[in-house]
Amino acid sequence: MVTRRRVLWATAAATMLASLVPGSAALAADTIRIGEINSYSGLPAFTLPYRNGWELAVEEINAAGGVLGKQLEVISRDDAGKPANAVKIAEELIANENVALLSGTFFSHIGLAVSDLAKQRKVLFVAAEPLTDAIVWEKGHKYTFRLRPSTYMQAAMLADEAAKLPAKRWATIAPNYKYGQDAVTAFKELLLAKRPDVEFVDEQWPALFKIDAGATAQALLAAKPEAIYNVTFGSDLAKFAREGKLRGLFENVSVVSLLTGEPEYLDPLGADAPEGWIVTGYPSTEINTPEHTAFRDAYKARYDALPMLGSIVGYNTMKAVAAIITAAGSTDTDAMIKAAEGLTVQSPTGPFTFRAIDHQATMGAYVGKTAVKNGMGTMVDWTYADGADYLPSDEEVRKMRPAD
Amino acid sequence: MSFFVVQFLTGLASAASLFLVACGLSIIFGVTRIVNFAHGSFYMLGAYLAATIVATLPVGIFSYWGSVLVAALVVGLIGIVVEIVVLRRIYHAPELFQLVATFGVVLVVQDLTLAIWGPADKLGPLAPGLDSAVNIGGQLLPEYDVALIILGPAVLGLLWLLFHRTRWGTLVRAATQDREMVGALGVNQRRIFTSVFFLGACLAGLGGAVQIPREPISLMMDLNVIAEVFVVVVIGGMGSILGAFLAAVIIGELNAFGILIFPEITLVLLFLVMAVVLVIRPRGLLGKPELTVGAQPAQIAAIHLPGPATKLAMGVLFAVLALVPLFAGDFLLVLLIEVMLLALFAASLHFIMGNGGMVSFGHAAYFGIGAYGAALAVVHSDSPMELALVLAPTAAGLAGLVFGWFCVRLSGVYFAMLSLAFAQIAWSVVFQWYEVTGGDDGLLGIWPSEWASDRFAFYYLSLIIVAGGVLMLRRMIFSPFGYALRAGRDSPLRSDAIGINLRHQQWASIVIAGAFAGLAGGLYAFSKGSVFPDAMSIPRSVDALVMVLLGGVDTLAGPLVGAAALIGLEDAISRFDYWRLILGLVIILICVTAPNGIVGSLKLAFAGRRERE
Repeated sequence: MVTRRRVLWATAAATMLASLVPGSAALAADTIRIGEINSYSGLPAFTLPYRNGWELAVEEINAAGGVLGKQLEVISRDDAGKPANAVKIAEELIANENVALLSGTFFSHIGLAVSDLAKQRKVLFVAAEPLTDAIVWEKGHKYTFRLRPSTYMQAAMLADEAAKLPAKRWATIAPNYKYGQDAVTAFKELLLAKRPDVEFVDEQWPALFKIDAGATAQALLAAKPEAIYNVTFGSDLAKFAREGKLRGLFENVSVVSLLTGEPEYLDPLGADAPEGWIVTGYPSTEINTPEHTAFRDAYKARYDALPMLGSIVGYNTMKAVAAIITAAGSTDTDAMIKAAEGLTVQSPTGPFTFRAIDHQATMGAYVGKTAVKNGMGTMVDWTYADGADYLPSDEEVRKMRPAD
Repeated sequence: MSFFVVQFLTGLASAASLFLVACGLSIIFGVTRIVNFAHGSFYMLGAYLAATIVATLPVGIFSYWGSVLVAALVVGLIGIVVEIVVLRRIYHAPELFQLVATFGVVLVVQDLTLAIWGPADKLGPLAPGLDSAVNIGGQLLPEYDVALIILGPAVLGLLWLLFHRTRWGTLVRAATQDREMVGALGVNQRRIFTSVFFLGACLAGLGGAVQIPREPISLMMDLNVIAEVFVVVVIGGMGSILGAFLAAVIIGELNAFGILIFPEITLVLLFLVMAVVLVIRPRGLLGKPELTVGAQPAQIAAIHLPGPATKLAMGVLFAVLALVPLFAGDFLLVLLIEVMLLALFAASLHFIMGNGGMVSFGHAAYFGIGAYGAALAVVHSDSPMELALVLAPTAAGLAGLVFGWFCVRLSGVYFAMLSLAFAQIAWSVVFQWYEVTGGDDGLLGIWPSEWASDRFAFYYLSLIIVAGGVLMLRRMIFSPFGYALRAGRDSPLRSDAIGINLRHQQWASIVIAGAFAGLAGGLYAFSKGSVFPDAMSIPRSVDALVMVLLGGVDTLAGPLVGAAALIGLEDAISRFDYWRLILGLVIILICVTAPNGIVGSLKLAFAGRRERE
């Protein structure tokens, strides 16, 4: 026993010592370091394809000679889905790893936490995936840029399509947290502006990933809607789609559904994917522009899988980071911010611009209908909705965003 | 009318699947007194295994139900492995210590599942023969729901037969009543414990396996279900299978009809029901008296006034911490601030848990209320940090005053779960009240005052507050108040006889512990610059529990060492892929080699050596 306990002591001591030694803070002058944070263990289904995406971008950038003549080096860390962890890691990346800027995050609240730290420490942060509108508007500031089309933008894309439907009685279903609330509020506002004759007859707010799908579908049925606006995703979506189908909820009812066309959410449904839903998403197999085909082929060759939405976001994030540093000509934070404002970046999904007014990228999303092909869900009749067309007026943005 | 019938039946179907998982947990707890956090992991494994087996077999009714059964049995076998390899070695550890080990199992299973099955969710096929819906007065009810509605009571009936008509069942019931007596009568306890664990794990696996036509297999199944089944078991009364069934039906129906009137209720319904039930019936619906969890007098080493050696060690530690900033880098300070604040948080839990025998599953409520108290003051009234740091413990102490009043009427696991209910109710208020708390987008911009915004200054501020807090808690532990609290822990009857008003003592201790947790939370908010509802979430409460137990619940230094160990470990290994696997294995290793916690076991080892010499 004594020896066993000694081993334990030694392990504990070693751990303490290990945590005392600052990270390899070697100020390597021959690389530019990027601090990257995401919820790799918290949400692997979304963040691992994302990691593949940015890794591919980094390989391409470095193979082409790097940035400013230096290689790009990404220090990537897992926040385990906890905002406090993300802040701690960001502090470490800034203090010990000497990173030029921070990038990443998936959850909205974690994006906001890192964004607030970036403001306090005066470090550039390129938010990749968080959807919250607040990160560029109510809580926006000069140190944070955001890539992915936001909740508002995607809701606006769907409101456009929804307005074209004859349906007048609408019901909504959304996970009960800020993202769901924002998505419903934006959609309602925009649809009512276009279609004053529309009324919302029911709303359901299942707890995130804990939907009681049968009861919820039944409750929606009772309201007899002509159309349903769905914001649930992941396992909630799968449960809801299955129960709704079995209970006849979707018969003669139009469904407009946020993010459902993203492979992350469509693939798990397999042949059970809903058909004819109007969705935002990313039909990676169907986009055949030369830029996108090159990206898809490279991705397939590297990972033997099709790119997910996370992959394209990760890829575009790192390409944007490289473009920002190149345009700035240095890794000085103020120079990078100046360069990034209004910067246009070429990408597999087309060019996008970081708007100077609110630091939101104009990267768009694909809007179309779901269908099942070869036993897998996909999108048909889709078009690319350019993000620039689905943002509020500059005046409204100025009202929401605090002046720097 | 037919709508309400179908909604009712839908509620029953949900209840049935909840019951299958919950009854296993209840059985395991009844006999072994283990609070098994890994029960959700068994449920998840059941679903993954069933989906995998079903996919390899030709489609058919027999292959479907066969797969479900095989999956449940395999999960039962996994349960046996966990019991024999891990839990059997630590039955004699202080009560509840085993939950740390099961927490380790949760981490291991999460990463193994990810490694074996990959990250993506997958929706299985509908059950053959049950793939459409029955028409009830124009409303459609899935056939599979009908099957579940039958399966729930069928399992309940089979369990009843098993427990009342077999010798094994009689022994298990006897062990539930008094396991020492059963042991004294010459029954092989080990075998009973192992077989009970097998049955419990099997039922969890079955619960997961029958879910595959209803929900996709996903890596979040384990944590999503675990809180829910605990609630069901507690509402029903720990150890009562019929109670678990009743509770599942109540929850299922309240949810089915609740969302018709108030859809937002989904967030908190479960915990509201539990709080109401526990306030009215302190042992759940059908719970029997005195299935106590908590300190057992015989096992507890008395806490002694710190001797010169301890005082010297504390002085040295303080001196080292005070000198660290002179040579340490910025990030080390960030890390040490986090360790210190969580150490104070853990110490405050230890104050009621170690001294009062009151185990709380919801201690994060006070941490979070402190953090939000401070943050709200800053955001809404522009308070300076100094004022906010006074408000933080005040708010948390007040919460302790309210929550504590209800909680002290309960004991054991019921106390723990009512604390959890309050924490979850507080969490849902913060989560939902967007205008004030920002909901899950949290409150931002909570940075320290100018003079403390420098990392050195904030480090020393934290060091002084935490050291002061820990010393004050110690001082109280050795005051008459602390002795009276321990007297109540060890023998409520005797302390009552000598005139101690135990409830008042306990109530006061909850207020004090709450205030210190709130102080830690307030400082924590300023150290991070932002606060989110997860500050009072279940994982945060579990962190505190694990820190206290890992360090050693019977020692004063335990919570501090536990906090340092857990955070140090997490920070050191979270750089690796599959770090949860490593963390889980290390936690299990510590549990098995140091069943009295790190400090407790070291103490014993030294004491043993001294005796030998």
